[in-house]
Amino acid sequence: MNSLVEPRKWEKFFWPVLACVLFLALWHYLVIWSATKVFPSPLAVEKGIAELARKSLLWRYIGDSLRRVALGYGAAVVLGIPVGLTLGWYPAANQVVNPVFQMLRPISPIAWIPVSIILFGVGDTTAVFLIFLCAFFPIVVACVDGVSGVPAMYRQAGRNFGLSPVQLLSKVVFPAALPQIIIGLRIALGIAWLVVVAAEMIAVDSGLGYLVIDARNSGKRYDLVVAAMLMIGIIGLALDLLFRRLRNIRSVRWGFRHGT
Amino acid sequence: MSLSPSPETKLTAERIGMVFKRDGNSTNVLRDINLTVGRGEFLCVLGPSGCGKSTLLNTMAGFLSPTSGEIRIDGEAVRGPDPRRIFVFQERGVFPWLTVEGNIGFGLFKLSRAEREQRIAHYVQLVGLEGFQKAYPAELSGGMKQRLEVARALAVNPDMLFLDEPFGALDSITRLTMRRELLRIWEAEKNTIIFVTHDIDEAVQLADRVAVMSDRPATIQQIVEIDIAHPRDIGSARYLELRHGIFDQLGLAHKV
Repeated sequence: MNSLVEPRKWEKFFWPVLACVLFLALWHYLVIWSATKVFPSPLAVEKGIAELARKSLLWRYIGDSLRRVALGYGAAVVLGIPVGLTLGWYPAANQVVNPVFQMLRPISPIAWIPVSIILFGVGDTTAVFLIFLCAFFPIVVACVDGVSGVPAMYRQAGRNFGLSPVQLLSKVVFPAALPQIIIGLRIALGIAWLVVVAAEMIAVDSGLGYLVIDARNSGKRYDLVVAAMLMIGIIGLALDLLFRRLRNIRSVRWGFRHGT
Repeated sequence: MSLSPSPETKLTAERIGMVFKRDGNSTNVLRDINLTVGRGEFLCVLGPSGCGKSTLLNTMAGFLSPTSGEIRIDGEAVRGPDPRRIFVFQERGVFPWLTVEGNIGFGLFKLSRAEREQRIAHYVQLVGLEGFQKAYPAELSGGMKQRLEVARALAVNPDMLFLDEPFGALDSITRLTMRRELLRIWEAEKNTIIFVTHDIDEAVQLADRVAVMSDRPATIQQIVEIDIAHPRDIGSARYLELRHGIFDQLGLAHKV
């Protein structure tokens, strides 16, 4: 395939599907060739998923994981965007807060689990808090970078037309920073989906992360472990694909010239 | 110079000096600039790259305060940017998140919806962007983006325009068309225009007067009156004479 040629419609679906089929085939034959007693074949996993669906655990667990992400990520968006815009708007405030942020940011959300359990006990709140933490910082940083990266020309033009500071923020700085903010939101959602699994392994007794650890602990059901892993992957992909559609909104598309 | 300027005077710059300080070094950018611009005049400020002509334009527009001296417009000291005087950047100044209509209507937020739409329609037509009202800047050519920015500026009915090498990023053919367009608009709208350029031909083609600036620290070397009526014949003896005069003024050779 020539990379300069726009892929044809059927090719957009054909190649990914082919890659999936090859991956499943490879997995299937590797299980047979290696004669493993532990790792399940794709067919065993499919049966595992069917079993989960029959016990109506599948949708419940997916629903629980998505709900926790929605709450924690939602809170991070609602708080992170205003905080990030403010810090970007007042560079002096950012200079004060930035060292603390940069120090907190590299701490893995997993490291927060003990603290979070002390604060919120074992349960949903802990999981939601961890997701909030891991999503909050990337969102704030994306907003700060987005706002401080707005070309001075746009701000000058805004001031020239007599905009008040609030109007300047809402009509110039925010839309100019929006593509950058969307990138941050997408990264944060990816991290949130990683962290919900980890949080559920420790803090709660439902959700896909719990399924992974529970299936292993109660009877070494590796078919269910891999089934949960597969669901985590598929849902993560679906969330990302949904998010990518945001880039097609016409008022932000200019910021994604070399889109993939 | 009297304190109450004649009604023909739009802008006066008195003893403008500008010193930039950075890392303990100070750079003298502008020195003792005196200038009077008439109402409805088209003035070109011409000088080599980096001489400080953009700095001068930014002080006139109120984006920078001069270190010394004062700029007055309509007898009032300039304290900041003002919607009555719009600064036009190179075509990158249009807002990429707004459509053509959105950009032209950007400064019209105080008007009623009907008035705004009527004003937008008028300026879409004036700059020849009919059919592109719903297009985004990314879908326009460089020349169209530049016309869009001019339309956005004109839509708020400014009595002054500051243009900072507005056609610098365009190809030479588009640049010629844009100059003709600008003159046509200027004749229709009768604004006072201060146009910064490093292109001698551009200055001689457009301006009523050309202020030739020296290298840094910039002073005005000479003001050349371009006494040719529009449309100007760029092959005429007078045109070439004025052009040569400015070449000499800038200390440039006539042969490449």
